[in-house]
Amino acid sequence: MAGIGYDDHDDGKPGFFARWFYSTNHKDIGTLYLIFGIISGIIGGYLSFMMRMELSEPGIQIFENGHAYNVFASMHGLIMIFFMVMPAVIGGFGNWFVPIMIGAPDMAFPRMNNLSFWLLPVALICLLISFFVPGSASGNGFGGGWVMYPPLSTSGAPGPAFDFIIIGLLAAGFSSIFGAINFITTILNMRAPGMTMHKMPLFAWSVLVTAFLLLLALPVLAASLFMLFTDRIDGGTGFFDPAMGGDPEMFQHLFWFFGHPEVYIMILPAFGMVSHVVSTFSKKPIFGYLGMAYAMVAIGVVGFVVWAHHMYTVGMDVDLKAYFLAATLVIAVPTGVKIFSWLATMWGGSISFSIPMQWALAFIFLFVLGGVTGVMLANAGVDVALHDTYYVVAHFHYVLSMGAVFGIFCGFYYWFGKMSGYLYNKWLAAAHFWLFFIGVNVIFFPQHFLGLNGMPRRYVDYPQEFELWNQVSSFGAYITLAGVGFFLLMLVEAFIRKRPAGANYWGDGATTLEWTLSSPPPYHQFNTLPRIEQNDEH
Amino acid sequence: MRLVHNITASLALLLIMPGIAFANKPTDGGYWLQDAATPVMEELTKLHNFVFWIILGITLFVMVMMGWIMFRFSAKRNPTASKTTHHVGLEVAWTIVPIIILLVMVVPSMRLLYFQDALPETEMTIKVTGNTWNWEYAYPDHPNVESFISNPLEKEDAGDLYLLKTDASLVVPVDTKIKVLITSSNNLHSFAVPAFGIKMDAVPGRINETWFEVNPGKEGTYFGQCSELCGVNHYKMPIEIEVVSKEDFQSWVANDGAFTTAVVSYDNGSIVLQD
Repeated sequence: MAGIGYDDHDDGKPGFFARWFYSTNHKDIGTLYLIFGIISGIIGGYLSFMMRMELSEPGIQIFENGHAYNVFASMHGLIMIFFMVMPAVIGGFGNWFVPIMIGAPDMAFPRMNNLSFWLLPVALICLLISFFVPGSASGNGFGGGWVMYPPLSTSGAPGPAFDFIIIGLLAAGFSSIFGAINFITTILNMRAPGMTMHKMPLFAWSVLVTAFLLLLALPVLAASLFMLFTDRIDGGTGFFDPAMGGDPEMFQHLFWFFGHPEVYIMILPAFGMVSHVVSTFSKKPIFGYLGMAYAMVAIGVVGFVVWAHHMYTVGMDVDLKAYFLAATLVIAVPTGVKIFSWLATMWGGSISFSIPMQWALAFIFLFVLGGVTGVMLANAGVDVALHDTYYVVAHFHYVLSMGAVFGIFCGFYYWFGKMSGYLYNKWLAAAHFWLFFIGVNVIFFPQHFLGLNGMPRRYVDYPQEFELWNQVSSFGAYITLAGVGFFLLMLVEAFIRKRPAGANYWGDGATTLEWTLSSPPPYHQFNTLPRIEQNDEH
Repeated sequence: MRLVHNITASLALLLIMPGIAFANKPTDGGYWLQDAATPVMEELTKLHNFVFWIILGITLFVMVMMGWIMFRFSAKRNPTASKTTHHVGLEVAWTIVPIIILLVMVVPSMRLLYFQDALPETEMTIKVTGNTWNWEYAYPDHPNVESFISNPLEKEDAGDLYLLKTDASLVVPVDTKIKVLITSSNNLHSFAVPAFGIKMDAVPGRINETWFEVNPGKEGTYFGQCSELCGVNHYKMPIEIEVVSKEDFQSWVANDGAFTTAVVSYDNGSIVLQD
C-alpha cells in the first residue's frame, strides 16, 4: 500500500523512508499496523492450517511428534491474539479512525505511537526465532500452550525458545500499554469542540474501554511473564515451584486476570465497528446509544472479576467457583443489550446488504452462537465435562475467529475505500465473505460435537471415534483457505484497477466525521477543528 | 460418499438429540455427552440438556428476528428508514428478561456444583498420580495392593482402542462412593473420565480431591484421557478404569491386586473370561 494515492495532497508529507519508518502520522501508523496484522494473520493461519491437516485423520502424519504440534498450537494462539487481532483492531482501525471520529488532527503522542508500532515487529521476530531454537528435550520451539502454564513453561521448557517468547510478549505488551496511554489521552483531551463524551461515536467508546482494559490487564501479564523468567533461571526464584514454596496455580490466577480482559480487548473494538456498519447500512442512527456505550463499560468492568471461570477444574474452593459462576453469567446481560440494540437499529431501517453489512450480520449471528455456548461453559458443574475439550475450542473460535475476525473484515471493507482511496471489487469481496463464512462454520461447528463427546484439546492424535467430525472440520479449513485467497486477490485487484472512491461512498447512512473528508483523507486533517452541532443528538 | 452419508445420518439423529444412550467411551461420530455412569454425570447431563434448550431457544429467537428484519426492512421493501432511536420499555425488557432467564438457570447450576463438589462419606480412597506420561494408581485403604503404573498400549496391542487402552487399568468396585486423591509428580495433568463426570487437575505440590460412585449395573471398562497440556505425549496418557462387582473387587484385593483365573473381567461392557 506504500506510497500510493496521496499525491494530490502535498501538505508536508515526508519521503518514503521517513514516512514509513519514522512515521508519526496516525493514518500511516494505522496502515502499518494493518499490513502487519495481515502478515501475522497469514503466519497464524498457516500454523492452524497445518494443525487441521494433521488432525484430518487419526495417526501422526505431518508433525514429528506431539511437541511439534504443541508448538504450532501455542504459536497459533499467541500470534493470532497479539500480532493479528490486537494490532488490527486497536493499532490499525483505532489509529486510523479514533482521531478522525473525535475530530482530532492526530494522536496525542505521535512519537510514542511510532514506538508502539515498531515494538511489534521486534516482538514478532522474537516469537519466530523461538521456532528454531531448542525448547524442550523433544525439540525446538515452545509447546506449552498460549497460556504458558508452569511447570511446562519453567522446568518443562529449559531451552531458550521460551525466553524468546517472554521477551517478545513483553515487547508486545509494552507496545499495547503505550498504545493504551495514547488512546486514553487522545480521547479524553482531544475531542473537537462540541464533541462531548455522550456524542462520541461508538467506535471511539469501544477503543476507550479497550484502552483501559489494556492499561490495567497488561502490566499483570508483564509481571507474571517476568516471574516466569526469574523462575526459569538456575538458582532463581520459585514463585510457581512447589519445591520452593511456590504454587503453579498462582500463575494461572495471574495469567487469567490478564487473559479474561484480553478477550474483551479483542472483541470490544469489533463491537464498535459493527455498530457503525449496522447503523450506516440501515440508514438509521444507533438504537439506544447510551445503553450501547455503557454496556461496553459494563462488559469491561465485569470482565475483570470473572477470570477464574477458566480454572474450574484446578481444585478451587466450591464457594469461589459459585461466585465465578454467578459473575460470569452476569456478562450475558450487557452482551444481550448490545445484540438486541443492533437488531433494534435495523428494525424500521432501510437495509442494504453491502459487503460490510454482510460481515456485520454474520458477526451478530455467530457471536450469539459463540456467546450462548459461553453461557453453557459458565456453569461450573457442566464445565467439568467440557473444560479443555474441543467444546471450548469451538466456543472461543466462534467469538474470536468469527467474532473478532468478522469484525475486522467488517471494518476493513467499510473503510477500505476511505483508507486506500480505491473501491474494492464486489464479486471478489462477496466470494471472500461467503467462502470464509461457510468455511469457518464447517471448521468449528463440528468441534462442539467433538467436545461433548469428550475429545480433549491440544492432541496431535486421537482415538478413531473422533475421526468423522475432525475430517469435516479439516475440510472446512480448505474452504476458509480459498476465502483468504479471494481476500488477497481482492486487495491486489483493487490496487491494480484503482477505482477512485468518493468522500462518502456509502451515502446517507454514514454520518461520522471520517465521511466528511476526502478518500483517502488529507495527510493532516482538521487544520481547523470541526465544530459539532449542539442539537446533533444520537 | 461415506462422509456424506455419515453426516446425513448424524443430522437426522440431531433432531431427536438428547436422551440417546451411548457407550462408556467416545462413539463413532458422536455428538453428545457420553453415557452417564454416575449420579454426578446424570445430573450434569440433565443440567447440560436443560441449558442446551435455553441457548437453542435464544439462538433460534435471534435467528428468526434477524431473518424477519432482513426480509421486512430491506431497502427494497422499506425505502424510507424510521428515525426511532429510543424505547425505554423495550430497553428495560431486554435487560430484565435475560436476567430472569439467568436466574432460572443459576438455581439448578448451583445445585449441581455443590452436589459435585461436596464430598460425601466415601467408602474407599484411591490415589492418582500423574507422571510424564502415564498414570500411577495407589490404594491407601488396601495396603497389600501395591501401587502400579498404567501405561498406554501401542497401536499394535490396543487395536481399535488405541489412545484409550492401557496395560493396567484402575480397578474399582461398583456402587461404592470412592474418593479420588489427585496429584502430579512433575507437569500439570488432568484426570478426566467423561462417563463419570469428573475432571480434576493434577498439580505438583498439591493434592486435589474428587469423588465418584458408579451406578449399580454399570460394571464395565471406562475410558478417559489426560485433559491438561503436559508436553510431548499429552495425547498419549489415557485413563482406563475397570468397574467390577463388589465381590470381584474383594477377591481382586485378596489376590494382591490381580484377577484369579476364575474371576471374569469386563471388557467394554461384555464379559470376558480371563486366561
